[in-house]
Amino acid sequence: MAKKKYTDVLKKNAMLIVLVLVYVFFTVSTNGQMFQAMNFNALITQNAYVFVLATGMLMCMLTGGNIDLSCGAFVCFLGSIGGILMSVKGLNVGVSIILMLLIGIVYGCVLGYLIAYVNIPPWIATLAGFLAFRGWGTALLSANSTTGSISLAAQKAFLGIFSGKLFSTPINQLNIVCMAAGVIACVIVVVTSFMSRANKVKKGYEAESMGALLIKMVLAVAVIMLFSYKLAMAGGIPTVLIWVIVIVLIYNFITSKTTLGRYFYTIGGNAEATRLSGVDTKLIMFLAYLNMAVLTVITTYIVTARFQAANSTAGTNYEMDAIAACVVGGVSAYGGAGSVFGMVVGATLIGVINLGMSLMGVDANWQKIVKGGVLLAAVVFDILAAKKSSTK
Amino acid sequence: MGKVILEMKNITKTFPGVKALDNVNLKVEEGEIHALVGENGAGKSTLMNVLSGIYPYGTYEGDIVYNGEVCKFQKIKDSEEKGIVIIHQELALVPQMSIGENMFLGNERGKKNAINWNETYGEADKYLKMVGLSESSRVLIKDIGTGKQQLVEIAKALAKNAKLLILDEPTSSLNETDSRALLDLMLEFKKQGMTMIIITHKLNEVVYVADKITVVRDGSTVETMDCHESKIDEDRIIRGMVGREITNRFPKRENVNIGDINMEVDHWTVHHPLYTERKVVDDVSLNVKKGEVVGIYGLMGAGRTELAMSIFGKSYGSGITGTLKINGKEVDLKTPREAIEAKIAYVTEDRKGNGLVLSNPIRVNTSLANMKGVSNKGVIDVDKEYAVAAEYKEKLNTKAPTVEQNVGNLSGGNQQKVLLAKWMFTDPEILILDEPTRGIDVGAKYEIYCIINDLVRSGKSVIMISSELPEVLGMSDRIYIMNEGRFVGELNAYEATQESIMANIIQSGRGE
Repeated sequence: MAKKKYTDVLKKNAMLIVLVLVYVFFTVSTNGQMFQAMNFNALITQNAYVFVLATGMLMCMLTGGNIDLSCGAFVCFLGSIGGILMSVKGLNVGVSIILMLLIGIVYGCVLGYLIAYVNIPPWIATLAGFLAFRGWGTALLSANSTTGSISLAAQKAFLGIFSGKLFSTPINQLNIVCMAAGVIACVIVVVTSFMSRANKVKKGYEAESMGALLIKMVLAVAVIMLFSYKLAMAGGIPTVLIWVIVIVLIYNFITSKTTLGRYFYTIGGNAEATRLSGVDTKLIMFLAYLNMAVLTVITTYIVTARFQAANSTAGTNYEMDAIAACVVGGVSAYGGAGSVFGMVVGATLIGVINLGMSLMGVDANWQKIVKGGVLLAAVVFDILAAKKSSTK
Repeated sequence: MGKVILEMKNITKTFPGVKALDNVNLKVEEGEIHALVGENGAGKSTLMNVLSGIYPYGTYEGDIVYNGEVCKFQKIKDSEEKGIVIIHQELALVPQMSIGENMFLGNERGKKNAINWNETYGEADKYLKMVGLSESSRVLIKDIGTGKQQLVEIAKALAKNAKLLILDEPTSSLNETDSRALLDLMLEFKKQGMTMIIITHKLNEVVYVADKITVVRDGSTVETMDCHESKIDEDRIIRGMVGREITNRFPKRENVNIGDINMEVDHWTVHHPLYTERKVVDDVSLNVKKGEVVGIYGLMGAGRTELAMSIFGKSYGSGITGTLKINGKEVDLKTPREAIEAKIAYVTEDRKGNGLVLSNPIRVNTSLANMKGVSNKGVIDVDKEYAVAAEYKEKLNTKAPTVEQNVGNLSGGNQQKVLLAKWMFTDPEILILDEPTRGIDVGAKYEIYCIINDLVRSGKSVIMISSELPEVLGMSDRIYIMNEGRFVGELNAYEATQESIMANIIQSGRGE
């Protein structure tokens, strides 16, 4: 019995363990470069877009393995609109941000309507956007600039909201705000975990053992403090990290605690049963794609601010990165199963592999081959695990 | 008498937990039409699946002797090579392909890997003529009617060089004229020496074509009647089909007061969602009182599920007309949500298909139709949800370690209880139970009946749809009989017998 529990824990956290092993591997093979403060910072700033897009993709995939192929191209299109509004027309940054959001909402409504109410298969509806928006964005850029790229370097307010660091300090000097934030995060995590367990015990529900919880808490605190320390040494909290954390927390809440989130899962599990239980399944499908568009808008802000420019290659393959993060993170390709936490682990794993291989100087083509292999391995593992548990 | 072409000896087939066939014996002589009759679930189709190799040799006990040799079919192809061809109840044709392509699907004409289209269509036309179809074999399946599609299926079987043809409910989706044409075709084939087995519910058809009739009941062959030795009429067949003693299969219902009319449906007509001219439910009127169990009896395809789902927030069908009154007030329920709010619950016949989310735990399934009951402003109170699921698990005696168990891992009876729990938690006044005991064992059936009794005792109304006659008789206060989309009779429990119900259906069939 104890042994079975042990393997259960391993199985449940398989991806997390893989993540740690992969991280250790890269740290060793890059002679500790991977463990440097700057690379902690890079891991976050380079991959922020994956976390945000994969959150939206998760919600789509939950409804039955549905995906959005158009989000990468839409980042390019919307980025060029943003560049034109701010740098060419000289519009106020706040107004531009709102206009971009509105355009995203309009696109989300059209897409959601076509998929949910006209019953166009999602991959076809979004394939149209995939083709059209890349072209449209590039056309807008070449019409408004001679270089095919619009610089946003002068838009300090925009860059301040979506990139850079909070309370920035010089590198290799401990950033007090960042450390304090780490401590506060630890306290919140520990207190809520223990309170939730105490509540379960009080009401006589199944709860994990005190020992397991303690080990978990020690590990969580260690990871958070390590991260805080490394980021504090790299100049402070990256602004995008705040965006990512807020989005991840919100969607973790929606998927695990709300009736709305529950319906995404049950539709993926059995759409007809959900419909006959009085749920407006079409509305949920509509919301999945509207939500995807809104998160794509936020991704556009983050990406254009990081590159300080709108250009025609922005967002290339982003949709694939988001899908890969979900699948590696255990989100079912058939819908109905997956979690925000899993997706975060999947996205981080892919980010670590990207960064590690870049640091090792692996050829870009080989990087793609490795990523493809990891994706396939994750899916095969998932299906085999599901088979095993169903024949038990 | 002719030579015995097929003999099935002591066939026993067990599924996990159920004995579907128990020592079945069947003898078919060359050149005869042999009818298999029996209630739904008696085991007729299972027997034919054993014969055709769908259940391969080794998964059943007993012997199949065909043309004097013992057959060990591993797959359908094996039995087809011997000339045993089965035509299933559901047509297995690809609508977007031509008649010719369908006819030789998996049996293509021409060289290996290269189809000879002239040969395909030439031969197809030949077989079409044999079944009396004048269509070109290049016409697409979707462009011809169901009656002709059924004939294409038969032509397809002939193309496989069939010597023993098995027809499973061949006329279930055909109208009177098409059915008669098909039966006449069978008689024509008989003259040419073909042997046929027909499975059907329509006893008039049995009397019309059969040389011998074998009755299957509860997984055993009860008797074989020879239509040439003595005159067999429908009453005689019915006696064979339903002649079973019923003792204590249904719990007694006591202390129930039947009150006022709770729900009333008037002149309800529903059309098919795709073929919008086709009436699936035709001018049906019914009512159910508080504390009453109303049974709707009808065979599969009679339109019972369609009726129920169309009442339940128009979740099936198009062009629905008629009035629906709840507590005397006319209502127009456009979505399942509105139906739930009007205190109607529809407990589906297809618990895996559209009833339960199998990949989710009991807890999630129990609350799904009433998330408001376990949440506050859209935020789920998981503790409360857990408590609710545990309460119903206790109340309905659902067997599972915890409510966190995935529903997909439960047995059919326990799944049915979770499904009932889900709908009881919506606190309905009117429950429509569609085949509530399909595919579950006798013990679980009894428990479900007890739950139904508890429900009506607390003043709820229950409409129970069933194709099991004993169940309808044992549980209902009043019985509506449905056939081909219409109500063809209404009987009080005390005046209803198995014979009188069957007679009602047969008469309605003749009336056309």
